[in-house]
Amino acid sequence: MAAPVSLLVEFGGGAELLFDGIKKHQVTLPCQQEPWDIRNLLKWIKQNLLKERPELFIQGDTVRPGILVLINDADWELMGELDYKLQDQDNVVFISTLHGG
Amino acid sequence: MALSEAARLRAEVGRQEQELRVLRERLARVEAEESGPGLEAELPPLPARAALSAAEIARYSRQLVLPQLGVRGQLRLASCSVLVVGCGGLGCPLAQYLAAAGVGRLGLLDHDVVETSNLQRQVLHDEAAWGTPKAFSAAAAVRRLNSAVQCVPYPAALGPATALQLVRQYDVVADCSDNVPTRYLVSDACVLAGKPLVSASALRLEGQLVVYNHNGGPCYRCLFPTPPPPETVTNCADGGVLGVVPGILGCLQALEVLKIAAGIGSCFSQCMLVFDALEGQFRNIKLRPKKRDCAVCGDHPTITALQDYEAFCGSSATDNCRTLSLLPSDDRISVEEYKKLLNEQAPHVLIDVRPQVEVEICCLAHALHVPLSKLEEKNEECLETLGKIICEGKQRANGTAAFPVYVICKLGNDSQKAVQILQALSVKEFGSLVVKDIRGGLMAWATKIDPTFPQY
Repeated sequence: MAAPVSLLVEFGGGAELLFDGIKKHQVTLPCQQEPWDIRNLLKWIKQNLLKERPELFIQGDTVRPGILVLINDADWELMGELDYKLQDQDNVVFISTLHGG
Repeated sequence: MALSEAARLRAEVGRQEQELRVLRERLARVEAEESGPGLEAELPPLPARAALSAAEIARYSRQLVLPQLGVRGQLRLASCSVLVVGCGGLGCPLAQYLAAAGVGRLGLLDHDVVETSNLQRQVLHDEAAWGTPKAFSAAAAVRRLNSAVQCVPYPAALGPATALQLVRQYDVVADCSDNVPTRYLVSDACVLAGKPLVSASALRLEGQLVVYNHNGGPCYRCLFPTPPPPETVTNCADGGVLGVVPGILGCLQALEVLKIAAGIGSCFSQCMLVFDALEGQFRNIKLRPKKRDCAVCGDHPTITALQDYEAFCGSSATDNCRTLSLLPSDDRISVEEYKKLLNEQAPHVLIDVRPQVEVEICCLAHALHVPLSKLEEKNEECLETLGKIICEGKQRANGTAAFPVYVICKLGNDSQKAVQILQALSVKEFGSLVVKDIRGGLMAWATKIDPTFPQY
């Protein structure tokens, strides 16, 4: 049984507009059989934080193209992407890329 | 013997003709410089520089004493050429600082002309430049600042046919563009030409900066192999932008260009800077390395020539607002038709579905304000108010036919979405209604019906 995991989940670059404009969310993921990874976190976000138009954030089991995922200020690709096992007090950031100038 | 009157006049005509010839030649040179050489033209290489002049030493003295730059760095700047793609909110401060620092040549590319709504952030353009191509306006401002910098204005759009040849002629490229297809185009061209790309972007109160294709680091495609769905991309007109935010990003971009040009090197290869103006926060993010399977810079590239980037991204290479067509034409009316209904005092309800912040800019006084977001979440309080107003309208109309409701927004996109929601709700919530949207929204109202109505 995995212990509950506390995370700071942040949204930026406009992704926060899908979450009532709130950028920082202190969340606690409940105890569950499996360890928490990013794949499960995305499902949890979809069920618990994301109210409107989930397709603007999630496509299939991953984030939509154009959203960069950071785990403790590093590109998630360096950390195992969807399979990264979340640690207590991790900081996970979802940033929508900007194109304006 | 004194010259005859005729001989004196002949000599004077000859002298003036010679003066005119000189003036005409100067005019032709200036005109050629001002109109730019065209995207295909081959530029002569910048001359190699062995020493700084006394005037240059005086001008650049404050940076020459920096050991990190010094005379060596300054000479490198003087022989460096930089292509600026986009002379807008990022490109203006970038070009300004590069020119001030003494970069040898600046290519200034932009297909747009200066508009009033640009002046809040595009600080090289002024009121007098209204309607002038931005490439010319920026070049003129840069020349006023530093006449030693060679300015090459390109008043044209960058496309796959010309981008590679153009990029090959410059040492460093700054992506200051405002749309997704151009960002992929510029990145691919830089990879194919082997040039470092200093890329920045800004929107609302946030900005991002990365240096691509530099020191073995990743390219734009390594980071974003798939373009974002077009409906998720917001431009400055829709999302808004505080002018100083692209200003800050353009300055940071200029800094990285100068460091690369002077041989100092950039710290933003494989690293992204994210700026949040509201939080006052800069975040440095460690990015993935260059991807071995990248389609353009990987070990076995599939992209070896530039392609159709508008098709690849599903959007046009401009930052124009999108025009959606969600409703059948029977469910839409023009601003002229709506004006006629108003003149006839036909009973109806007009709903303005823009966000509150835009209603505060301007509105039609008789419109009921219900933001689209409230309709999307089926906000009970809003639906109740709406139901009451419609009910009153119906009583006044005293008719048995379905009651007309018109929906308006800024441009006629959100109003269509609102009509779809109201049509789905109407019978259950409000009884029989005919819901239509007003094509082109309030901006069409301003251009076609009421020229005193503000445009934003």
